[in-house]
Order: sequence, then structure tokens, then C-alpha cells
Amino acid sequence: MIEVRDLWKAFGVTQAVAGVSFAAQDGQITGLLGPNGAGKTTTLRMLYTLMRPDRGRIRVDGIDAASAPMEVRRRLGVLPDARGLYKRLSARENIEYFARLQGMNKEQAAARCTALLRTLQMEALAERRTEGFSQGERVKTAIARALVHDPRNVVLDEPANGLDVMANRGLREVLRSLRAEGRCVLISTHIMQEVVALCDHIVIIAFGRVVADGTPEALREQSQQHNLEDAFMKIIGAAALDGAP
Amino acid sequence: MKPALVVFVKECVESLRDRRVLLNALVLGPLLTPLLFLVLMHLIVGRELEKAEKPLPVVVVGAKTAPNFIEALKQQGMEPRPEVADPEAAVREQRLDLVLRIAPKFADDWRAGRPAQVELIYDSSRQDVRSEVERLESMIQAFSTRSGSLRLLARGIAPSVAAPIVIASRDQATPQARGALLLGMLPYFLILTALIGGMWLAIDSTAGERERQSLEPLLVNPVGRGQVLLGKMLATAVFSMASLLLGLLAFFAVGHLLPSDEPGLGLIIGPRFVLIVLPVMVPLVLLIAIAQIWVASFAKSFREAQTYLGLAQLVPLIPSVLMMAVPMRPQLWMSAVPLFGQQITILRLLRGEAISALAIGIGVSVTLAAAAAMFWVTLRLYRSERVAISA
Repeated sequence: MIEVRDLWKAFGVTQAVAGVSFAAQDGQITGLLGPNGAGKTTTLRMLYTLMRPDRGRIRVDGIDAASAPMEVRRRLGVLPDARGLYKRLSARENIEYFARLQGMNKEQAAARCTALLRTLQMEALAERRTEGFSQGERVKTAIARALVHDPRNVVLDEPANGLDVMANRGLREVLRSLRAEGRCVLISTHIMQEVVALCDHIVIIAFGRVVADGTPEALREQSQQHNLEDAFMKIIGAAALDGAP
Repeated sequence: MKPALVVFVKECVESLRDRRVLLNALVLGPLLTPLLFLVLMHLIVGRELEKAEKPLPVVVVGAKTAPNFIEALKQQGMEPRPEVADPEAAVREQRLDLVLRIAPKFADDWRAGRPAQVELIYDSSRQDVRSEVERLESMIQAFSTRSGSLRLLARGIAPSVAAPIVIASRDQATPQARGALLLGMLPYFLILTALIGGMWLAIDSTAGERERQSLEPLLVNPVGRGQVLLGKMLATAVFSMASLLLGLLAFFAVGHLLPSDEPGLGLIIGPRFVLIVLPVMVPLVLLIAIAQIWVASFAKSFREAQTYLGLAQLVPLIPSVLMMAVPMRPQLWMSAVPLFGQQITILRLLRGEAISALAIGIGVSVTLAAAAAMFWVTLRLYRSERVAISA
């Protein structure tokens, strides 16, 4: 369970995030939807404690991120915007490195890694160095790395970026099974189909603010549009007219 | 296992698989400077030896006037060459290095017992001619002294009458110290080896990690930034130390290949030298490692960091150049200055002088303190948001 209350962050004169609040429930996939530059990545970076908010509170499973960042990080599995792998290490070594940093011993790390590789159907890749991996293989490895400590909450920043149709389908399966396991899944995306296909709950962000929050059905009703994409366009457009910065 | 150790092991494994790192840290770094040193020493020493033994060709004007004089110079190694028309012009235009001109009335003066004149024509602004001029002067001086003594003897006077004072030089320099004049650059070369050894890893694990976008995921783990930094620093220091060790071995080998005249560098860089230099260098290597990481952390890309650290390689040159340009007695405070202290200790070992445990102790503690301070500064940088974000 992830709760964000009145989050603010500025870079110099640019107000990147201006009062974002939302909650992502366990057993649901929550989509943070918004155009490029809306403040999604900055919001997520504050959420996984890489950045400190100027104002506002973040709680993960009821734990305050400002006062106990380490505990929050332990409860989060993160696929950040930057998802570089160590190309001179094999996929398995990449995943096991993070397992060790999460505090597992060698045997635990190896066992957990083997299990993850099987779940993500990437056993064939395991011993290959990640140099020369396809985009899909790289994202898969990065997701395995993020899930290595079996986190209750999973945060993925634009997970579908650069994936082809097959890889994207695989990714959705993974996210749905995480939901089925009762985890709290939060993804950010600017792709409408992504949200339609996956999310139980949508938070639309534009100009650093939450402009809509609800189930896909509720959003359709709110904007009086049948098509979710039209709903999105209408809501964003309204926000722009509302006096965006 | 502590997170720092996990980071350390991973950085080492990754670097050992990088041909670039291996080439720089374990091959180029340790071998380049000893080879450079070997070539330099061969050039310097070889040229001196060559000059001292080679016959000295000199154009002589008016040789017929003084055949005995010329014969005496020939015995000392001078090779008279046929005369030229305008010796002054020839020297000015650098067609000739040195001309000896014997005055036409030389024979008359000589027979009359008056000072007979010879002229040396040369260009004193030419560095390479100086040693030839000095050689010829000393040959003429030797002949002159001997002839003077013979004249005094012929008149029944002991030649010692004409030499009221005799200078006897007693050079107190140890044979090693004489060699050390040339070895002044060795401390810099050793420190440079350590610098090159750690440089690639320092860049790869900071600016490189940021450029490859793997720093952000790394920092999302529940691990203190201090632990991450410590692991990276230790890995850098280990590669730096390995490079230094290989460099010392290379210098040891090179020592046996030096021109025979030199006190064997191989004898100086023996087990004792290594056993003292290594512990003296460990704190400096730690300081260098964290300083390199600090510098590289400011860079956005691998190449940018490379530029910065390339310039930083010149910093350890400052003490070496200072000590050679302004020779001063090593004071205790100098031993306390990182880079300075280590260079003094290495120089003293090379010169075969006593080293003081106090000076080494002060140097080690101050350098360790400087490394700790540098670590703190870098940690502050690492805790800032600027470093963590890749884009």
C-alpha cells in the first residue's frame, strides 16, 4: 500500500510536482498516467526515496519515507527510469548482486535468483553477459532485479518503454501475476492502451498536479466520453485551460 | 557480508573482465614508467660515457707552429683536424663546434719563456658544446702545468714552490646518492603508476555507472551511500596497489638493465625497499582512490571524467619538480604533507639515507586523515540528489 500526500518538488524555477496526492492499494495495479514532463518520474523518484520532497508525505505500508527511508526501500521493488545493467556481468550475476545488497546470503540469493529466472521464463539467458541483450531481455532482467527481495510493493517507471509486442505481452502477464499475489503495483506510463489493458485504478497527472483519480469507468463517466483515450484528452485539455503554469 | 564488501567484490569482478581496465591497470601503468625511465637513463648515462671516452676532434689553426704541443694533446685524446679559412664565421654558423687557434708567434714566445697564447673559438650559448670545451681546456691546462714544472726543474727550483695550495676533494656523497641525482623522478613515476592503476576503475564505477544508467537502480537498494562508496574506493585502491606492486617489480627488473656505470637500481629496489615503500604508499593510495572517485563523480560521462583525471595526474609532479628546482633540506613538516612525505621517504631510500620512523609515522597519519576527510566530502556529494540522477 502506497500513500502519497500533497507532494511538492521544484528544480530551480521549474515546479515539477505541485501537490500530488494519491493512494495505490494492495492487490491492484495503479496507473500513473500523464504526458511527458508531467512530473511522473519525479513523483516516483521521491516515492523510492532517491529525491527528497520539498513538502508532503509518503507512506509505504504505513511507514514514513522521510523518517525511515531504508525500511521503505526494503518494501519497494523498483524499476527506475534508468535501468542500466552491468554489461560485463551475466543476467544471473546482475540479479544476485542486488539480492546480496538486499541483505541475502549467497545461497539465498542464488535460490531466489533461480526461482525468478524460472518465473520470468528467462533461464536461457541466465548465464549470458547482458552485453548484447535485446531491449526486452534487458527490461526482463531489470524487473527480476527489482523483484529479487520479494517486495510487497512494486513501482515501475514506464515499464513498456521500447518493448515490442511480444515482450510487452510478457510484461503484462508478469504484472497481472504480481497483482494476483496481492501486491501493490504502481506503474507510470504515457501510453493509453497500457492503462486500459492493465489498470484497476488510474491517476492522471498533468503539469505536476493530479487532474483525475478513479477507476477507468469512473473517469469515462467524469469526462462523459466513451473512449478512455478521449476521456484522457479531455481531462488533460481541461487542466491546461485551468491555468497551467 | 557487509554491503561495502558486496560492492567491492562486484567492482573487482567486473573490472577484471574489462580489457581496457586490465590493460591500463596491470600492463600499461606498471610497465610504461619503468620503460620510460630505462630509456631516459640510457640516454643520459650513455651520452656522458660516450663523450668521456670518445676522441675529441678539434679543428686546429696554425698546428705547424707548435708540433710538440699538438702531439701532447693528441696523446690525451684530441684529434686535430685540418684548418679552415674563417673559424669565427664557421663557429657562428654552427658548422664547427670548437676551433683551437695557435698564435703565429707561439713558437717564439715558447722559446723565450713568455706565456704563449692559444685561442679557443666556440659559442658558449650552445649547451652541447660546453663539455667539449671543458675537455680541451683541461687537456691544455695539464700540458701547461707539466711544462711549467719542467721549466722550474731545469732552473733548479722544486715545482711545488709554484703550487702553494693543493685542493683535495673528498666527496661525501654515497655512491647511491650520486645515482639518486638521476633517480629524482622515480618517486613521481611510482605515484603515477598508482594513479594510472586506479584511474579506470574510479571512472568506470562512478561516471561510467552514471552514464550506463545503473547508478539509480543501485542507489534504490536499502544500502547506505557510505557503504557503496567504501566498496568502490576499496576496489579502486586494490587495483592501484596491484599496479604499484607490478611497477616496483618492473623497476627491479629494469634496474638490472641499466648502464653498468650506475649504482645498480636493482640493488636499491630490493626487498627492503619494497617492504618500506608499500606500507608508506597504502594511505596515499587510499587518498588517491577517493580523490579520483570524487573528481570522476562530477563528470557526466566517462570521457569527461577521463579528461579531468588526466589533468590530475600532473598534481603529484609538483613536489618532484619543487624538490629538483629548489633543493632544500627535507624538514619534518614536509613529511606530513601527502605526496610530499611519500616522495621524501622514497628518495631517502633511494639515496641510501636513514629514514626516520617519526617522519613516516606523521606522514602515514596525516595522509590517512586526509583520505578520511576526502571520503566525507565525497559522501556528501553522493548524498546529494545531483549525483544519483542519471539524466
